[in-house]
Amino acid sequence: MHAGIIFLLVIVGSILFHIFTPWYWTDIASNWGGMDDTITLTFWVGGGVFVAVCLFMIYCVFKFSYKEGRKVEYKPEDKKLEKILTWATTLGVAALLAPGLVIWNQYVNVPKNALEIDVMAWQWGWQYRLPGKDQKLGTTSPMFISDDNPFGINIDDPYGRDDVMIQSDIINLQNNRPVKILLRSVDVLHNWYVPQFRAKMDAVPGIVTFYWFEPNKVGEYEVLCAEYCGVGHYAMRGGVEVQNDSDYQSWLGQQETFSDLIAKQNDIQIEHNKIAKKNDLNIKKDIYIEN
Amino acid sequence: MSEEYDNNKTSYQAQSSEVLGGSSGTTPSDMDYVRPAEIPEQELYHAHSFIEKWVFCQDAKVIGVQYFLTAVFTGVVGLILSWLMRLQLGFPELAGFMTAEHYYQFVTMHGMIMVVYFLTALFLGGFGNYLIPLMVGARDMVFPYVNMLSFWMFFVAVAVLMASFFVPGGPTGSGWTLYPPQAILEGTPGSGAGILLMLISLSLFVIGFTMGGLNYLITVLQARTRGMTLMRLPLTIWGIFTATVLAMLAFPALLVSSIMMTLDKVLGTSFFMPTIIKAGEVLEYGGGSPILFQHLFWFFGHPEVYIVALPAFGIVSDLISVHARKNIFGYRMMVWAIVGIGALSFFVWAHHMYVSGMNPWFGFFFATTTLIIAVPTAMKVYNWILTLWRGNIRINTVMLWCLGFIVTFVNGGITGIFLGNVSVDVPLSDTYFVVAHFHMVMGIAPLMVIMGAIYHWFPLVSGRLLDEKLGKWHFWATFLGAYSIYFPMHYLGFIGVPRRYFEMYDSPYMTSGVGLNEFISTAAFLVGAAQFILIYNIIKTLKTGKPAGKNPWQANSLEWFTSTVPPEHGNFGDRLPVVHRWAYDYSVPGAKEDYIPQTTPPSEVADTEVEKT
Repeated sequence: MHAGIIFLLVIVGSILFHIFTPWYWTDIASNWGGMDDTITLTFWVGGGVFVAVCLFMIYCVFKFSYKEGRKVEYKPEDKKLEKILTWATTLGVAALLAPGLVIWNQYVNVPKNALEIDVMAWQWGWQYRLPGKDQKLGTTSPMFISDDNPFGINIDDPYGRDDVMIQSDIINLQNNRPVKILLRSVDVLHNWYVPQFRAKMDAVPGIVTFYWFEPNKVGEYEVLCAEYCGVGHYAMRGGVEVQNDSDYQSWLGQQETFSDLIAKQNDIQIEHNKIAKKNDLNIKKDIYIEN
Repeated sequence: MSEEYDNNKTSYQAQSSEVLGGSSGTTPSDMDYVRPAEIPEQELYHAHSFIEKWVFCQDAKVIGVQYFLTAVFTGVVGLILSWLMRLQLGFPELAGFMTAEHYYQFVTMHGMIMVVYFLTALFLGGFGNYLIPLMVGARDMVFPYVNMLSFWMFFVAVAVLMASFFVPGGPTGSGWTLYPPQAILEGTPGSGAGILLMLISLSLFVIGFTMGGLNYLITVLQARTRGMTLMRLPLTIWGIFTATVLAMLAFPALLVSSIMMTLDKVLGTSFFMPTIIKAGEVLEYGGGSPILFQHLFWFFGHPEVYIVALPAFGIVSDLISVHARKNIFGYRMMVWAIVGIGALSFFVWAHHMYVSGMNPWFGFFFATTTLIIAVPTAMKVYNWILTLWRGNIRINTVMLWCLGFIVTFVNGGITGIFLGNVSVDVPLSDTYFVVAHFHMVMGIAPLMVIMGAIYHWFPLVSGRLLDEKLGKWHFWATFLGAYSIYFPMHYLGFIGVPRRYFEMYDSPYMTSGVGLNEFISTAAFLVGAAQFILIYNIIKTLKTGKPAGKNPWQANSLEWFTSTVPPEHGNFGDRLPVVHRWAYDYSVPGAKEDYIPQTTPPSEVADTEVEKT
C-alpha cells in the first residue's frame, strides 16, 4: 500500500517538475522552431504513455496486492488485445516519426541562397572564413597550412584570393540570412554548437561536413564544442554575433582578405628579416659581453 | 562429494542407455509421455583439490559467482569514479585536487567499466553461468573447461584495465567511445600506455567472452533436459540466449576496431587517421577515416545496449510472474519480441551518429529502424503490466525492484524516442539529455533488475533469505535517489549543457543549472552509499539469515528443484528432471496450490484447466 503511494508521488512529482521547471530550453534564435515543436509533441505523446503505464501499474499495486486465496486470472494470451496494442503503438510511433523526418529533410537540404562559411576547428579554438566578392570559397588543404596561410588556402585557386579571414573565435552573422556552415578540423573531432540555434554537426578531420540554419534574432551567443576533443574540450568556446544588415556590412568591411594577409605577410617578412639581423648582432654582442 | 558421484556414475549410464533405447516404459501414462533424450548424459569432471574447486573451477555455478564478484568489484570502482565526477560537477570548490585530465579519465573509465566490465559481465557471465544449466535442466555447461578459461580471461582483462590506473600518464581519458583521432593523440589524457591497455583489455574481454558465449549458446541449444522445448524455456534464458547471440555477432566489430586502433597507435598505420596537424606539425598519418571507427564501434555499441537489456527483460519477466502469482502475459509475444529486438538492434547503430558527419541521408533510414524497435519494446512493457493485472501481487523487495524497473525503463525508453527521431536528436545530442537517457534506460533500469535478481536468487545460492526490511530501505533509497539524479538531468540537456565538460564557466544558461547540479551530486552520493545496505544485508544474512529451504518463493522453474539447496555440482542428483510444461503455471484454476512446477506431470494435475504449453 505504501509502495503504491510512493510510486504515485513520484509520477505526480515528475509531472509537476515538468510544468514548473525553471530549467528549460533557451529562447530559440534560428529557423529550427520545428525541432522544438517535435520535442513538444513527443513530450505530450511519450509523457502520456509514461504516465498511463505507471498509473496502470500503480492501480494494480493498490488493487491486486497479495491476499491469501485471491482469485487470480489465468489467461496466458489475449490475441486481440495484443493486436490492438501493437497497432496503436505503431500508429503512435509513426505519428512521432513523420514530423521528425520532414524536419530532417529540411535539415539536409540547404537553401540555395545560404551564405557558405568555412568553420575551421583545432585543439582548442575556432577560426572562420567567408567568401569574398566572387561569393565562392577557395579550395583548401591542411597541407598548405602555415603561419603565413592559417586556413590552408590553395594559393593557386583564384577563388581563394578574396576570401575574408577571421582569425578570431567570434563570427558575425547577418540576421535572417541562411548560412551553410562548412566544418573542417585539422586534428580531432569537434562540433560547432550554439544552443540557441538548436543545430549542430561534428567537424571531422579529413572531410568537410555541413549544416545550415537561419539566425533570426539579433544578439550575442556562445559557441560550444559539442564533441569531446581532448582535455581542453570544455574550454573550447567561441562566440557568434547576429547583426542587422547595416551593422553586419560595416563589420564585414573591416575584415581582412587573403590577399591583404599575403601582402601584410610580405611586409612582416621584410620586417622580420630586419629584426632577425638585429638579433643576430645582439646575440653576437651578448656572447662578446659574456666572454 | 566426488566419491559419491563416482558411485552414481553407473546409475547415470544405466539411465542414459535406457533412454537411448527409446523406452518410455517408465512413464505412468501416455498423458505424461516425454520424448526420450537423444544423447547420453555428459560426464562431469569433479574437482579434486581446493584450487580446482574454488579457483580454476569448472562448475558453472562457481564460475558464475566468480564472474559476479569480479564484475561487482569493477562496479564499485565505477561507482567511486562517478562520485568523483559528481563532486567536480556539483561542488567544484571541494574538488581542487582534480584536474581536467583526471576528470576525463574518470568519465572514460566509469563508462567503459559500467557498460562492459560490470553490466555485460554480470548479466551474461554472472547470471548466465549460474542460471542457464539450472534453468534448462543440465548438469553443467557443455564445455566446462572452456568456461573456466572464459572467466580467467575476463579476470586478466580486468587486471589489465585496472593496471592502466598505474601506468605513466594514467588511464585513457578519451571518453568510453574511444573516438580516434583524439584517443591516440596527445591532448587527450592517457593517450600513451593508457589507451593501449584499454584496447588490449577489451580484446582480452572479447576473447574471454567468446569462450563463455559459445558455452551459453550450445548449452541452451543442446543440453536442455527432456521435455524442455524452446517454447517452454523461462524468459530469463531467452533473454540471456538472445543477448549472447548478439554479443557473438557484435563483439567481433569491437575486437577488429581495437586491433586496428592499436596498429594506428603502435605501427603508425592510418585506418582511422586522416592528415592531421598538431602544433603546426604535420603528423605521419593520412587517408584514414575517423567515421569508419564510429561505424565499427556502434555496430558493436548498439547491440551492446541490448546485450545488457535483453537479459534484464528476461529476468524481470520471470520475477514479475513469480511474485504476481500469475503467468507472464503473452509468453510467445515476449519471446518473439526478444528475438525481434535482438535482430533489429543490428540495423540501428548509426542513430548514435546523426551529427557525426556521416552522410546525412542515412538519418532517414536509421530513424525509421530505430523507432520500429519501439514497437516490440512497448509490447514487452504492456505485457509486464498486464501480468500484474488481476494477479496476486506480493509487494516484497523483489517485486519493488521490478516495479522500479518498469518506471525507470519506460521513462528511459520514452526519452529514447526523442533521441532516435533524427531531427529531435540534433539539439539534444551530446548534451546531458543523452547522459540522463542512457543512464535511466541502460544503467538504472538493468540495475533494478540485477538487484531484484539478487534478492530473488540469493536464497538459492546461499540457502538463506535476505532481510526484507533492509531490502526495502535499500530499494527506496536507490530508486528514489537514482530517479532524482536522472529525471532532472534531462532538463540540463534542454538548456543545452554539453556533456563531458569539466567546468561550465559562466555561460548564462549554464549557471542556472548550478543548484540543480548540486542536488544531483548530493543524490548521487546518497545512492552510492545506499548500496552498502545491500552489502551489510548480505553479510548479516550469511551469518544469521533465515534458512530459505527449498523453493521459498513457490516458483515453477527448474533451478528451485535441485537435489540440495544450494545446488551441488551436477545440480539435480541422480536423475535429471523431466519437464512437462512451461514455467508459468501460476494460479491455475482447479489446482490445489497457486503454482505447478515444470516437473509436475499432467496426470498429477488432471482436474485443472491448464492450457497446453
